[in-house]
Parts: sequence; structure tokens; C-alpha cells
Amino acid sequence: MKRTGSQIIWETIINEGTDVVFGYPGGAIMPAYDALLDYHDRVHHVLVRHEENAALAADSYYRCTGKVGVCMATSGPGATNLVTGLANAMMDSSAVVAITGQVASHLVGSDAFQETDMTGISLPITKHNYLVTDLKELAAVLAEAFYIARSGRPGPVLVDICKDVQQQSIEYTPIKHVKVRGYKALRKPMNQDLQGLIGKAGALVDAAKRPVILAGQGIKHANAHDEFKVFVEESGIPVATTLLGIGVLDEDHPQNLRMMGMHGEAYVNNAIANADLLIALGMRFDDRVTGNLKMYAKNAKVIHVDIDPAEIGKNVPADVGICASVREVLPHLTEALDDSQGVAKYADWYGQINEWRGDTQAHDVLSFDLPTNMLIAPQVMRIIWEETGGQITVCTDVGQHQMFETQYFQHRRKNQLITSGGLGTMGFALPAAIGAKFGNPQEEVWAIAGDGGFQMSIPELQTVIQEGLNVKIAIINNSFLGMVRQWQELMHDRRYSSVNMTAPDFVKLAEAYRMKGLRASTIQEAREVVREARAHNGPVLIEFVVEQETNVFPMIQPGKALNDMTRRQITPEKKYMPASMGGGMDDLK
Amino acid sequence: MLIDRIEARKNPTQHTLVALVENKPGVLNRVASLFRRRNFNIDSLSVGMTDDPTVSRMTIVVDASKTSASLVERNLYKCVDVIEVLDLTNVPSVIREMALVKVNIADTHKRGEVKQIADMYEARVVDVASDSLMLEITGTEDKIDAALKILSDYGIKEVVRTGRIAMARR
Repeated sequence: MKRTGSQIIWETIINEGTDVVFGYPGGAIMPAYDALLDYHDRVHHVLVRHEENAALAADSYYRCTGKVGVCMATSGPGATNLVTGLANAMMDSSAVVAITGQVASHLVGSDAFQETDMTGISLPITKHNYLVTDLKELAAVLAEAFYIARSGRPGPVLVDICKDVQQQSIEYTPIKHVKVRGYKALRKPMNQDLQGLIGKAGALVDAAKRPVILAGQGIKHANAHDEFKVFVEESGIPVATTLLGIGVLDEDHPQNLRMMGMHGEAYVNNAIANADLLIALGMRFDDRVTGNLKMYAKNAKVIHVDIDPAEIGKNVPADVGICASVREVLPHLTEALDDSQGVAKYADWYGQINEWRGDTQAHDVLSFDLPTNMLIAPQVMRIIWEETGGQITVCTDVGQHQMFETQYFQHRRKNQLITSGGLGTMGFALPAAIGAKFGNPQEEVWAIAGDGGFQMSIPELQTVIQEGLNVKIAIINNSFLGMVRQWQELMHDRRYSSVNMTAPDFVKLAEAYRMKGLRASTIQEAREVVREARAHNGPVLIEFVVEQETNVFPMIQPGKALNDMTRRQITPEKKYMPASMGGGMDDLK
Repeated sequence: MLIDRIEARKNPTQHTLVALVENKPGVLNRVASLFRRRNFNIDSLSVGMTDDPTVSRMTIVVDASKTSASLVERNLYKCVDVIEVLDLTNVPSVIREMALVKVNIADTHKRGEVKQIADMYEARVVDVASDSLMLEITGTEDKIDAALKILSDYGIKEVVRTGRIAMARR
């Protein structure tokens, strides 16, 4: 059958199982948008208000569904606006296909109107990219793009398609089998002897007295939650998760210590720092989880399993490095476990960890029975968690509220937290919530953002309205760029530089967008507005006016070792005193 | 030919990788961009065609004192257009580089001397002008270095060197 290039684009997207495309039309992609009208019964197009948010929404859609997220933009500025979103998908290994229009093939290289070298620009922030100047290549390239995006370690792929390629027609048969000569979804090192490595790993586990499992997003990508849980329970070893690994194991599970790293609780980081064996599964030892590498878990042997061979030994040398999908390795690792394995084997180790945990409870974890009705950011997270029964998808932005969410919201299952980890993209929450809601329409979706990040994504409120999406948006307003302010307080002698943030009247803003707007500035109001927002069948924007200078603790300051944390130092009498009430710096040692 | 192996051992910080890549536009850019992006220290990179018109061959010399050659290899494998990577560092192999050298011969009596030196290094005279000789030297990097050092006594007008190319013996 004859198809135009534009039709091939939509048919490929539909064949790949993606039912929502986030995009924005313009000159060089207009043929594809024209063809969209004939496919709108099979694929829904969401008109975003800025292309960056199309890429971020597609990223979130992938994380929630496992289906490749697709975003679309025109050439030039449309395509360059995708850049931050693609970098986000690259850092967090999200399968996204970006389709961009390009000037007609005879104009490429001539600095034509809205021409940008998109394959050049996106080279380091995509897993792979293509410029299609010849229609004969289009079908194969698109099929390859989807295959490469979702296989192995997932990532974004950009396909830049010349306008004339979209317009021409060709005989088309859907491509069933993709073969890329060089690319192997999993390219194992040639001399890897899996059985031998499993044996070595088993021996290390057997010998360890203070092991910790470091669980990352790779477990989620491999869909290995069940295999992981079996390994965790059979081995009896405590688990710490990365930010993106949150949800690979119920945070209520007795072996789950919860999040590690820069703002992980002290007992988690202490456990890792004092471990004699780290079993890293589908994680990459990012600097935010290791602190100073020279002092990182000095006495620990390391077993590192990752699907990406370039991650093994990149930051932390592995005693046993296995390049494989965790799903393939975990059953073998479980099998290699000795019968003596189990929680009981590590009674002393858990005893030590629980001692640290008690210290954390006493010194870091905020108690909310304060003598005041003043609202602090962590409390908002707790209230949302309590009021929703923790049964929601949360899309957070970047900064203090993001870390408070990990500390004070207990995640029970996978995909409950959608957040920008590696790139730390402000403005992520709202487009992510849009992507999440399209991914799981039955799910209650909350976007939680600071006043800074939210002001980067305000235009998407209209996308929410136009699509009739029932998402709840919580703005944690401390009138500061909170995390930057915290660093300036702790590391720059409280010299606050460009962190004061004014904001519009968020309730009126919501009303201007014909959206329900609510505000809370006390604990009691916070509970009430969360209830009211949930009762309302439609989008709601809530502004939580919180204490301005609440810090996220513990904190590993840059260059410090994992267990060299700045702590909150709450005294039992004082519990918590915000800066504006004379606390803040005085709360620190 | 034993000399190749001796040379390889003499300079253990240099690792020689061979990458077979798709012969498509932009592939060199992808590989070069990878090295820049990962801050890899590369001593030389040469690219050329192979017997298969769809495959190009790159020889990459990595400064292993600054960059792990195995990390370079593993990152190369992440490039979709890279078909295969071979580490020839510890594999018996033939390693060659070529140079064209234009040597000053202001004094025509010296021409014979230069020709003698050229013979010692198995270099060929490829062009003669009234005041210069152009030599073609092929060999290991060290051999070319040594030849250039001696020829510099006569005055070198111009030099061009290729990067290293390498092939395993078996």
C-alpha cells in the first residue's frame, strides 16, 4: 500500500503501542500534523504550550506505562525547545522518541528559515539520532528508533525528518523485525562468564556480615520487582534505594531502609558507609548517592549488576561486575544463596542499623505536634500522604520539596513517584503529571512543585484545562528558591543571592485558567484543602504557604563523605523551630 | 617484525583499539563527540575504508595513564553505529604510521647524506625539488620520531603524519 512519509510516522507510532503523542505543530512538521487528522481515532495528540514540556510529559508517560513516550515538534526553535526534556530522558534512562520536522532536504545546510542542526545538537543527549532525507529510509529508521529507545538501557532517540520526506509517497509495509548490525540491546563483555561471576558473588554474600543492597531504577526497567523481592527476602539483606529506585520495594517492607544519598536519612547512609558488601542492582553510583568517592564505603566489597557495560567500574570499582539485566541475574543470585541466609543471619547488623535509626528518629525526623499552627513543607507531604492513604502517583519537581517528599511520603509500589533524578529539571512536575495522567487515567495524580519550579511550567495549566485532566497541583510556596537558599545559608554564610522569589496570586491564577484554586497556610487549612481538592472532580491548584527557611536534613555537603552529614539536631525539648521563629542556624551544631 | 612487540611493551600507557563502524555520514563525529563528552584522552584517531564498503575502520590510541582503555571500549559499544571493537594492546599485531617529510637541502652536497639516512629508515624519496627532498616514512611511531629527529639537523620544511593504524596478526 502507498503511504506518505507523514502517514508512516503515525502508523509506526500506533504499531508501537503508543496512544498519546505530546507535541506542538509548526512549519516543517505540518505534513505530519495534517496526516494526524486521519489517525486521531487511534492516537491522541496533546497540544502542550511549550515543547520542553512535550518531551517531559512523554518521559513521564513512559515511566508510568512502559510504553515508549513520543513527542513531536517542528524544526528550529520547536526542536531546540525539546533539548532539556531529551537530556532529562537521557539522564534518567527513559524511552522517548522525539520526532522533529526539518527543512526540505534540498535546503539542509543552507541556513534556511527555522533550520537547526538537530542531530548535531542532540548528539550527546540522546541514545541515538537520525536525520532522514530520503523517504526510502523512513520506515526502517522509525522502527529502529523505537527499538533502540526501549531496549537495553532505555533512552531518548531523535528522528529529524525533512519536510519533503513527510510529503512524498512510497510503497509501505510495516516493519516487524528490526535488525541493527552494531547495536545489541545488551552487549555483554566478550569474556563474561556469568556462572563464574554468580559463583563469586555468592561467595561474597556468604562471607559478608554487614551487607547492603543498593536498589536502582534498573530493577524497574527490567520489570524485575518480583525477582528482586524474592532475592531480598531469601537473602535477608537490608535494602537502600536510589531516588529513582524508590518503589522497587514497598517502603513499609521491614528490610527496606529507604532512600540513600545526599538527603537520605542518616541511618541509611551510615549502613552503606559501614557495610562490608554492597550489592548494587541497576544503579550507577551517581555522585548524589556516594558523596566523596575517595571515602565511599571503604571496607565494602562491591557486586555491581547493570545492563550498561559502561556503568560498571565507572565511579566505584566492582569486585564482581556483571553486565546483564537484573532480571536475568537475580534468580541465579537467589539460587546461589546459602541456606543459612535470612534476616536472622544479620541480627547484629540490623541491631546496629536500628540503633542508628533510633538516633535518626530523635535528631532528624520532624515531629508534627508543634506548639504552633505554622505550616512547614515536610508537613504538607505528610498530610497529602495521610489524606490520600498514600495511594496516588506523585510527580515532584526539583528541590527541597522533592527531598521532603521522599522523606515524608511512604511509597508502597512502583511508579508512585515520578521525579527528575539525574538532570534535576525544574518545571518537571506539571508536565510529568500530564504524562502520568494520560498513562494511567484511573490513577489519582498529584503534581507537587515549589514556587520556583512551578513558575517554569505555568503555561501547561491551560493544557490541563484543554485536555480536561483531573490532576491536583500542590505548590509549596516558601517565597524562595529553597534549595539554593539552603546551600547559600550553609555554604555561603547566608549571603542570599537571587533566591528571593515573588509569585503571582496562585488562587487568582488558577481562576484565570478557570481552575479551582485553594490556599492553605496552617496545618488545619492544609488538611481541609487536600480534602476539598480530592472531593472536587476536576483539576485543582493548591498553594501551601509554608515557613520560608526550613532546611532539608540530613545533608551531605559537597566533597564530604557519605556518613559525614549535616544533621538537623532537634533537641527533644525544642522538637523543631523554624528560622523565622529564631531557629534555623541555631538548630545546627 | 619482532620490533613491533618490543615497541608495544616499551610504551604500556598507550592502548590501541580498533573499531569497525558503519560507513555513514556523521559516525566520526559521534565517536569524536563521545571522547570529548567523556573527557577521554586520545593520542590519535585514524579512519579509513575497509574491503566492505559499508564498514569503516578506526584505529584509536588511548592514553591509558589518563583514561581506562576498557572504559573507552565499553563506551564505544554504546554507539549504535559501532559494529565491533578490538583491543589490540596485548595482541600480537602490526602497527604502522606514515609520515611525509620535506627536508631542506640548501646545500646539494647534503642530498646524498639525506638519502643515506632515508635508506636506513626504509624511507622513500617521493619528490625532489631544487632545494628540498620529500620522503615517505612508514613504521612505528618511535621509528618515525627517530627519523625526524635526525632529519631535523638538515632543516625540516614541512611534516605530515597519519595517525596509527593497526591490525592483529591472526
